[in-house]
Amino acid sequence: MTKTQGKTVRDFRPLADLKDGRSFDMAGRDSGESALVSGSVLADLAREDERIVLGTADLQFATQMVQFRFEFPERLLQFGISERNMLGAAAGLASSGYIPYVCTFACFAGVLGFENIKTDMAYPQMPVRVLATHAGISMGFFATSHHATEDIGALRTVANLMILSPSDGPSYEAMLRATKDHPGPIYFRLGRGREPRIYESAQVAPTPGASTLVRKGGNKILIVATGAMVYPAIKAAEQLGDDVSVFDVHTIKPFDPSTIVEAVGTDTKILVVEEHNVEGGLGSIVREGLFDNCVHVPVYKHGLMDEFAIIGPPAHLYQYYGLDAAGIATIADRLASASGLPRPSSLWTKQDRDRVSGEVAANRKVRAKVTWAGRQSA
Amino acid sequence: MVELQHNRAGTANDLSFLGDRAAWVRRCVVDLAAVAGSGHIGPSLSCTDILVSLYYGYMNIDPKNPGKIDRDRFILSKGHACSALYPILADLGYFAYDVLNDFTQLHSILGDHPNMLKVPGIDFSSGSLGHGLAIGIGMAEAGRFRKTNERVVVMLGDGELNEGQIWEAAGYASARNLGSLLAIVDKNHVQVDGNTKDVLNFEPIDKKFRAFGWHVEEVNGHEFTELLAALGRFDARRTSTDASPTVIIADTVSGKGIPFIEGMAEWHIGFLAGTDYERAIEGINLVHKG
Repeated sequence: MTKTQGKTVRDFRPLADLKDGRSFDMAGRDSGESALVSGSVLADLAREDERIVLGTADLQFATQMVQFRFEFPERLLQFGISERNMLGAAAGLASSGYIPYVCTFACFAGVLGFENIKTDMAYPQMPVRVLATHAGISMGFFATSHHATEDIGALRTVANLMILSPSDGPSYEAMLRATKDHPGPIYFRLGRGREPRIYESAQVAPTPGASTLVRKGGNKILIVATGAMVYPAIKAAEQLGDDVSVFDVHTIKPFDPSTIVEAVGTDTKILVVEEHNVEGGLGSIVREGLFDNCVHVPVYKHGLMDEFAIIGPPAHLYQYYGLDAAGIATIADRLASASGLPRPSSLWTKQDRDRVSGEVAANRKVRAKVTWAGRQSA
Repeated sequence: MVELQHNRAGTANDLSFLGDRAAWVRRCVVDLAAVAGSGHIGPSLSCTDILVSLYYGYMNIDPKNPGKIDRDRFILSKGHACSALYPILADLGYFAYDVLNDFTQLHSILGDHPNMLKVPGIDFSSGSLGHGLAIGIGMAEAGRFRKTNERVVVMLGDGELNEGQIWEAAGYASARNLGSLLAIVDKNHVQVDGNTKDVLNFEPIDKKFRAFGWHVEEVNGHEFTELLAALGRFDARRTSTDASPTVIIADTVSGKGIPFIEGMAEWHIGFLAGTDYERAIEGINLVHKG
């Protein structure tokens, strides 16, 4: 359990009288989300800057904002289950000289809250930071209501808005610190907090700007990824060898393609990987950015193929959709040997998905065998 | 791997039959969490007796004809309690019991929030709180258009009342005299971050609904007699053309039936293993013994 100022989550969350070490409640379940560093980083910033206030919508534990509450309980506003109210109130705080950081799941922050972000924050240029956790399909079997695979596409059309998508804890921290005084609104697109570390520390992690080359290889295949997809992209590149480089698009809007443009050679092919609908997402952004620079190389978009994800445990979903290291490596390998620009979905097909389904079913660990008795009479 | 068994004993007495079904559903809630590796245990157990009252003792539905046009509609607006609803739908014959074995697994039709396109018997998908009452308005208006006037029942959480859209819908429903619309608030006193009175105190809930023009019934949400009586009073008044919508505020206990997690917000989601699983089943069986 994370400790700050001598307090732990258990100071707010009583422990049930349990007898089996494998049992867990919500506090136990949330304890693995170490890449969601905002609570503690913002507490650090708030010591020096009284304008910093936080808001949560009944998710202070799942999003780890509670780390801030240990030190500044009066500066964390609890809005209950009222996300749009929280986004509007944040704009009001910003108009009064404060810098609010409001946090909830991306499905609510970026999708439910879209119009409040546009009208209350972007239009009047309010310095609100929307921290949108559990983006993409990382909520797995919580199903489509809790998936956010539309937020990039929707929000990139909003003028005045910055969209940041850090890939790990250190880069999230670096971005929070670097943007504290940014004069307009920022949407942070975040994972569920279990992303492995890519950058050694916040000191060497990127700040907003052009995409970062995180794995330097050749330029036969450039894998361009964002957020939680960067780590499996690096692992895929390591499997494939020296021909492959990986870019971390931590800054989605404004998008600066310069580093990717510089890396492109005459025979380069680009694979964009995103936990988002390929319609209007990162792939579209990268294609536009390259086209605008008169760079005309094949850009293959991989993600959700204009579909809502099925349900399942997150790890199985990433395998099924070819969004884990093995899937990304397969797609990159097929892209390398393809001629021209392959058709959508042709590098990760229904057959690939069916194969994964079979493997998952064969390896499924049955936790409990239940005899569900039938109904007798009404 | 553990072997789990349920005892079923239907009786001639209706109330004891409902009690038997509720005990079975509660055991299923704990088992579904065991199948998935985690589950919304607390908020499913709080509304179990309400769901049992509706599905075994009240609603006009036909599992053999799930699309029947004038059937009563039910919307689980607090969709995270679906692990108490899925066993009931299986029990009534909407789908096979074995489907429960795949709860939350890859390709399963049963996610931890319900999907109307995949789960037979689900009238509307849910999961994002605050939406259900407006959906219910649409269904009630449809019933009025075609003069079938079926009941439309929407189950809300007490934490869910924080959502502004609930009150937009509440205002509309009374302004338009949607007498066939019944909201049931599963007032279990907790939400994810803690006790509702501490997170964002929304009391007095009854006065808020009254101020919005609703008829309010308040019951113990674990007493079948009280629940069925309130449902009967809703039926008695809903047919009048100028009837206002009705809300039943059902006072409940999160995690009801498992003594060591009752009333704890921490058990919004959780997992009970080994001895704790056995103690949970024991607790559930005890609650329903009397």
